[in-house]
Amino acid sequence: MVCEAWKEKLDTYLDGELPEEEMRSLDAHVHSCASCSADTLARLQMKRSIQATGKRFAPSADFRRRMQQSMAPKPKLSFRLGWVLATAAVAILVAGALTTSYLGNRSGRDHVYSEIADLHVATLASSSPVDVISTDRHTVKPWFQGKIPFAFNLPELQNTEFTLLGGRMAYVNQTPGAQLIYDVRKHHISVFVFQERSLRTGLDENSLSPKKAPYNMETWSQGGLRYFVIGDASAADIDSLAKLFRAAAS
Amino acid sequence: MFSQGNKSSPHWFNLVRMLWASPQSDSFEELAMPLFDQLYNFAHWLTQNREEAEDLVQETYIKALKGFSSFQPGTNFRAWMYRILRNTFLTSRTGLRATSTVPLDTEADGPELAVEHDSPETILMRLTDSKALQSAIDGLPVHYREILLLCEVEEMSYQEIAESLSIPIGTVMSRLSRARKTLRDVLRLQFQKG
Repeated sequence: MVCEAWKEKLDTYLDGELPEEEMRSLDAHVHSCASCSADTLARLQMKRSIQATGKRFAPSADFRRRMQQSMAPKPKLSFRLGWVLATAAVAILVAGALTTSYLGNRSGRDHVYSEIADLHVATLASSSPVDVISTDRHTVKPWFQGKIPFAFNLPELQNTEFTLLGGRMAYVNQTPGAQLIYDVRKHHISVFVFQERSLRTGLDENSLSPKKAPYNMETWSQGGLRYFVIGDASAADIDSLAKLFRAAAS
Repeated sequence: MFSQGNKSSPHWFNLVRMLWASPQSDSFEELAMPLFDQLYNFAHWLTQNREEAEDLVQETYIKALKGFSSFQPGTNFRAWMYRILRNTFLTSRTGLRATSTVPLDTEADGPELAVEHDSPETILMRLTDSKALQSAIDGLPVHYREILLLCEVEEMSYQEIAESLSIPIGTVMSRLSRARKTLRDVLRLQFQKG
């Protein structure tokens, strides 16, 4: 087959959509033909550029919050005038049940918040705060392979004030997860990543830390994973790092 | 622009809440919320406007939740959501305006030619930022823009793109090829203009 015929298939080849036999043949050809090899490289560069440019728009925090609020489950209650007394009794029971449920959820949330805060403090106090020491996300990310039952993306930190110090394993509710430690103007920030389903805490999509908490914290769920960003840095820094993670995960 | 969306009115907000009380809502949320960021990104590329993108995403979620009982478990939920979003966009005023000038797909396209010596890809490699590419993608007809984004950004298979756009796989391949060629031509022109 002449090169022009191969070149027609290059994009489909790079999309991984050619039949297996053709993939193998074209693969062999690309490795032996300088012209097709250069063309493949150029098209691959184009694909990557479109991919990077295409991930351009992120929903605003306000819009995200509105959507999340709109999706919060609301129990339906119905009333009938002739049943005032019975309804009142039921209402008391319902109120009691709801309060118990709310307190239960809040207790679950607070439990996770304090566990996360404890993990962060324990890390800073440790003589070996990180298990993998590196400022290179391409070193830190692969280190977690085989240690945790999920994969996640680390953000690019170029042109930001954040520095990656390293990572370590973390456990909440007997569930393994990843802890990344970052530095920003001498403040340390921990980012925890766990599988959402394993936490089962009833956390809001975008919960913030309790008002009296000593640390700023931001948490959200994305792609089935629950992220926590916590530290004594300013709320703005916590938010900036959280945004970088959101963008990297989308 | 989109019928339900209005920041000043809580209409859509209440509607979603009402729908959310259904027993299916838990599984819908589990499936749909992880797609929120990428659906928003796609909506913004289509509408090219933040408020319209928000309205489009809101309306998509409302429609998807209403029709969730018709979704067949085991089939591709992501493609289903994108199909709803895209159909909602195409029937909106912005969508109708955007598609009114798009040429229909033809089968008479010649073969894809080799990349020329001073190709946009090599131009791209020399660019220090992606502004030229952003503007070139923005300027593409909506049918080309959407298929490029689904393929390159969402990394959908041809089958998934076919389901999202409700078109045959053969059309996915030919349209994608034309979209890429048009983008290269636009970039080449931009570079020549300097």
